[in-house]
Amino acid sequence: MSIVVDKSGPFTHGSNNVQRTMFTVLAALAPATLFNLWLFGWPAIFLFLVTMAACAAAEALCVRLGGGTVDDVLSDGSVLITGWLLALSLPPWAPWWVAVVASVFAVCLAKHAFGGLGQNVFNPAMIGRVVVLVSFPIQMTTFVPAKPLFSAGAPSFAESLHVTFGKAVSLDGLSAASQLGFVKTELSRGIPVDQSMSHLPGLGDLVMGFHPGSMGETALPLILLGGLFLMWRKIISWHIPVAMLGTLLVLGTVFNAIDPGRFTSGTFHLLSGASFLGAFFIATDYVTSPVSKSGQLAFGVGVGLLTWIIRTYAGYPEGVAFAVLLMNALTPILDQHFRPRVFGRTRKGAPLPLKGDK
Amino acid sequence: MLLDVGSLAVMGVTLGAVLGTAAKLLAVPTNPLEDELQDLLPGSQCGQCGFVGCSQYAAALAKGNTPITLCAPGGKGTIEALAKKLGVSADTAGHEDKGPQVAYVNEDLCIGCLRCIGECGSDAIVGAPKQLHTVIADACHACGKCFKICPTEAIEMRSIPLTIAGWYWNKPGEHASH
Amino acid sequence: MKLFPIMGGIHPDYRKELTSEKAIVALPMPATLYIPLQQHMGAAASAAVEPGSLVKKGQMLGRGEGAVSAPVHAPTSGRIVAITEVTAPHPSGLPTLTILLEPDGKDEWAELPAPIADPFTTLPQQIRDRVAASGIVGMGGATFPSAVKLGLGNQYKLEILLLNGAECEPYLTCDDRVMREYPDDVVDGARIMAHALSAPKVIIAIETNKPQAIEAMTKAAAAFDNVTVVGVPVQYPMGAERHLTQAVTGRETPARKLTADVGVVVHNVATARAVHNAVRFGQPLLSRVVTVSGGAVAEPKNIEVPLGTPVSQLLAFCGGATNVNRYVSGGPMMGQPLPSLDVPVVKGTSGILALTKAETKEYATQPCIRCGSCVTYCPCGLVPVEMAAFIRNDKLEEAAKIGVQDCVSCGSCSYICPSNIPLVQFFNYAKGRIAALDRERRKTEQTKALVAAHNARLERLAQAKREAAARAKAQKENSDASGANA
Repeated sequence: MSIVVDKSGPFTHGSNNVQRTMFTVLAALAPATLFNLWLFGWPAIFLFLVTMAACAAAEALCVRLGGGTVDDVLSDGSVLITGWLLALSLPPWAPWWVAVVASVFAVCLAKHAFGGLGQNVFNPAMIGRVVVLVSFPIQMTTFVPAKPLFSAGAPSFAESLHVTFGKAVSLDGLSAASQLGFVKTELSRGIPVDQSMSHLPGLGDLVMGFHPGSMGETALPLILLGGLFLMWRKIISWHIPVAMLGTLLVLGTVFNAIDPGRFTSGTFHLLSGASFLGAFFIATDYVTSPVSKSGQLAFGVGVGLLTWIIRTYAGYPEGVAFAVLLMNALTPILDQHFRPRVFGRTRKGAPLPLKGDK
Repeated sequence: MLLDVGSLAVMGVTLGAVLGTAAKLLAVPTNPLEDELQDLLPGSQCGQCGFVGCSQYAAALAKGNTPITLCAPGGKGTIEALAKKLGVSADTAGHEDKGPQVAYVNEDLCIGCLRCIGECGSDAIVGAPKQLHTVIADACHACGKCFKICPTEAIEMRSIPLTIAGWYWNKPGEHASH
Repeated sequence: MKLFPIMGGIHPDYRKELTSEKAIVALPMPATLYIPLQQHMGAAASAAVEPGSLVKKGQMLGRGEGAVSAPVHAPTSGRIVAITEVTAPHPSGLPTLTILLEPDGKDEWAELPAPIADPFTTLPQQIRDRVAASGIVGMGGATFPSAVKLGLGNQYKLEILLLNGAECEPYLTCDDRVMREYPDDVVDGARIMAHALSAPKVIIAIETNKPQAIEAMTKAAAAFDNVTVVGVPVQYPMGAERHLTQAVTGRETPARKLTADVGVVVHNVATARAVHNAVRFGQPLLSRVVTVSGGAVAEPKNIEVPLGTPVSQLLAFCGGATNVNRYVSGGPMMGQPLPSLDVPVVKGTSGILALTKAETKEYATQPCIRCGSCVTYCPCGLVPVEMAAFIRNDKLEEAAKIGVQDCVSCGSCSYICPSNIPLVQFFNYAKGRIAALDRERRKTEQTKALVAAHNARLERLAQAKREAAARAKAQKENSDASGANA
């Protein structure tokens, strides 16, 4: 009896697969997301659903145009992560069309124009966010204070529909700046950082998320929990988050010590904006970050450094998205320069010298 | 405005000058491609490509007006090497790869005429007048010159069968081609 | 004993419990044995018998040819039916020259070489000669002729014979059982090998998932000061020669060198037992222990199998196999798919696995998501994702530059890949293709040298002819001139 030999070993396989990886990431995001949906109420829920649906539709369209079968691709779950992260990076009360534009750019341009899953150079969700941020700065920087579902002052279902789907809704009366934005604006008006900081909610509120911001910028303990869960499941390693947050903390602390009137503190950098979400869920995106551990450390340091520079010196109050995208562009180079040492060889690739050899 | 246009113009002119000078200074005096190509060919001057010898084929290749798939003794390896050197894709579709071959002398038909020995460029055939000739397989590169000249058709070109030692896994997604 | 970490590696589902408590049983002699002349690395043996000849058990059937080769012997007495090409136990399914032996049922021994009474006072060369004559090869699967490896003591100053009882492949328990059932034989064989190597120390390394084997071996080694048994962590590929050397001694073998360069030679435990039998009893290598396992096998077993037994007989002896997805020779990680169930068990066959779909977990390949797992788990510090990308685009030179030839094909990357990309097959292809291109290049160079020599000779002849003609002409002119003068 002869047997067709069509593949070499191994003839066993780990339990890991693409779907499982993607859905583990979604599970890790779920607690923080649910908390934030509650925190920002119906408009946030609508926006979240619109973003997810728009991303899935864009994916289906691109796959069909490319001649693929839609079921296979949607089922890998990667587009859900893109949509989910994109939704978390938008102001919760942003109008629906901002989400749709961002989704189309994220999925069609950043992902499928580059060849689909695994081929993209830039993080799709961050491309989506940055496109709408530079195109619609007003909608993208209009934040509202947290108004938990069913609490006093929270918009009703009908009002919420109007917030998300209505025409030219003005949030003037409600709007507030994020802390990073607030500090930056005050600084530009000549008010030193240490003074403006005193008007901000305390660190406790900052940590729990009771402050204006995008959905992913709040609920830090739950984001951290999700990140630790991913590390425990060995989906991500500590390298990028620790390198990025460590760099932010060190830079913030050092410069704050030098000039407290000009530079915000390290803890403030850590706890505000999208530092945590970025460190655990965005910078760690497999496709657009380096594959080796040393490369990931360098990548994390780069993201932290650029985030701090953008927050401190650039026009935008928050810089995680830009920092991640800039480092994404460097990933191929980092991959080339940060390889593990090959067994039996020096870092340069020459065979190890034998004892006695010179 | 004027400053912008001016600075761009200056930059353009400067860079253009640099490039132009570099092209002059770093210019390669002769075309070394022909020699390099000839190095890649077996050098047996068998003429199966249709040219008189390897150097003529190399010259034609350097001019780019002949297919890279004509060298039969070189096989697939030579085609790939040529393709790489010339920066073209190795289109082996038109190339009928008979796989590695070796000349074989049929004992019953050989009359010991010595002609094949005179023809063989790599001294792969041994024999004496009126004696049976035989091919040293290791030295034969299957140029086929002996096969053509043999008056009694005693020489045939045989494929060298694939052995376990020479076998290797096919590239995933492709069928074994060796 | 202090151990050292090795990089990367995986923890597959071991499933050794299927056979680890099954004592070694002997297989009834099959009706025909198929004994390939090539069961080892190196040159094939040449047949030393004719079809029709009657042979005794232990008689040499094939003679080792050249420096790296090994003879083959008759596992039992009987008649040679034929010497012919038969499908080899190799994934290519190509034929190999094989001796067909029909046992006569008497199992009569040939006259064996005399036992070496005190191997520790004989010359190392004598031990090596005996090992060579006994056809012993590396039984962990590498099948490199053991006598050649025992000769390393001549060129290297060796300190340690590292006996490999790691058995890191899932399913396989043949080494485990050999260590538990023949601990004294293994220790004795190891000491003999250490003597042949002039290595003062023996370290027996066993993965800690085999506590009974560690216990049995420790007991057997207790009487000898220079023999140590050490439990090493359960981490695939701990049994890889270079990795085991690093784990036990902390010495990292440089690329393109041997472990002997760092003073260590590694041999398998089953090889040690074979050396013991060859030296103490004069018995050549006639059988080996094979683990027959896998979810598809009705009654998995460890079996002492005469070399040359068809795989189908082993499976039948184990109650057959149902719902088989893959038949594998060796372990599931580095084992090779079987091209047929008629192929024989050879010296390197450590296991025969019949795996169900649930065990092989085969599913369609998906796009690479660059998760970097292959980089994290590669025990050789390579970047499989990048090498595979180069190879996919036929950039073999670039793949070689970043180390594809340093890959040991352990399969950790393929195992861990969430997209199920056949990474290791890419590397096996690349290594084979690079070697084939090298052969072609050498052949072309050789041809060119021959052609150059040929042309030079013709040129010399022509030159000689011209000179002769010139001389003749000059002579003629000379004589003409002198004639004129006269």
